[in-house]
Amino acid sequence: MRTLQLRVNGEPVAREIPDNRLLVDFLRYDLGLTGTKEGCSVGVCGACTVLLDGQPVSSCIALAVMADGCEVTTIEGLAEDDRLHPLQRAFIEYGGFQCGICTPGQIMAAKALLDVNPHPSKEEIQGWMMGNLCRCTGYYKIIESIQAAAEGKGVS
Amino acid sequence: MISFSYLEPADIDEALAALARYGEEAKVLAGGTGLVNLLKQRLVQPTYLIGLRRLAGLKKLSYDGTLRIGALCTQRTLETSALVQDHVPLLAETCRQVATVRIRTMATLGGALAHADPNQDPPPALIVLDARVRVRSPQQEREVSVDAFFTGYYETILAPDELITEVIIPPLPAGSGTAFVKFLPQTHDDYATVAVATRITLDGDRIAEARVALGAAAATPLRATAVEDALRSQVPTPTVLREAAALVADAVDPTADFRGSVAYKRDMAVVFVQRALAQATARAQAGGGTA
Repeated sequence: MRTLQLRVNGEPVAREIPDNRLLVDFLRYDLGLTGTKEGCSVGVCGACTVLLDGQPVSSCIALAVMADGCEVTTIEGLAEDDRLHPLQRAFIEYGGFQCGICTPGQIMAAKALLDVNPHPSKEEIQGWMMGNLCRCTGYYKIIESIQAAAEGKGVS
Repeated sequence: MISFSYLEPADIDEALAALARYGEEAKVLAGGTGLVNLLKQRLVQPTYLIGLRRLAGLKKLSYDGTLRIGALCTQRTLETSALVQDHVPLLAETCRQVATVRIRTMATLGGALAHADPNQDPPPALIVLDARVRVRSPQQEREVSVDAFFTGYYETILAPDELITEVIIPPLPAGSGTAFVKFLPQTHDDYATVAVATRITLDGDRIAEARVALGAAAATPLRATAVEDALRSQVPTPTVLREAAALVADAVDPTADFRGSVAYKRDMAVVFVQRALAQATARAQAGGGTA
């Protein structure tokens, strides 16, 4: 056991955890932040994508201890004062999801992209989002949603 | 998930002391993209996990003709670093093709070596660059060529008390062109059916030196010396490249899986070695580098 001290969605958090806790389990079960989903459990599908010090990571293959002293951002941290993040609004407006289970990971990956490249080309979006799988809709609407958010279209 | 005690040394001396103390009972954690999956599947069951993330000295990247890469530099850093793009474009080109941006963000270059999964992309690129690995134990420090680093499936020359500290890439000889190509019939983030790194170094219109190394082609990253030997002193015509590439069929020892049968992978190794050689030759003729 050890005490983990970090910031989650801007708030300081201190929690005692076993050494072998996975980051996804820490977020979901210890902190109750169930917006982050676990899909494949081997770092391939992207459902569990969160930002660790601003960088996208698979929380299912990260140990919670690797986030000690860091800033973790999850889907719950995007809205400000109940106002949805432009990416969240764009995914709603442009139908960027169907069943929704991959959506938190899609949006966190897209946020990481727009943070380093605010106006990506379609090819850059496709290349970056390639590792976030969706089994419902196909990817056109997801890419359209990200393009719309980047262009500030219809998401005001 | 198995139970283990997590240790987080503050510097390299503490890390080496922990390795010396726990040796075989310990595993070293860098980015975790390889190791955490092995832990979850109980394929490795260490009593101690030694996390390296506080070892800032192993995150440095510098260039003075020789590129020195701290073992904890991530593959995303190597993909995006202007230093690497300008001076060792093959490494940036290779890292850009590794899995997904999430994996590249976490996975380190030292980890890619220590993990020794023969499907990984960086090792063949490092082999054709004549890269060396710097390794430290509490008693000594040594340098080993990446070519001689891998000894078997997920096995390396590392002793239980040794830690990779740095990867050293010497300057390429003048007249060199490089290429990394990866055959991905399934998805872009998959392991390759076969991956090929090559370097062609020209002296006038003839090949002075060639390097060819493959990933996903045997139990270890594989250097194809038969192909290299056949190319030496030759004028790189399409026929010469094709005939040299054909020799890789006898060098590879692939495993059948959903990415292809043994026979198919053998055939694709020939095809992709030929393509990589053509690309590296064109780049050497155009004035070197990867651009």
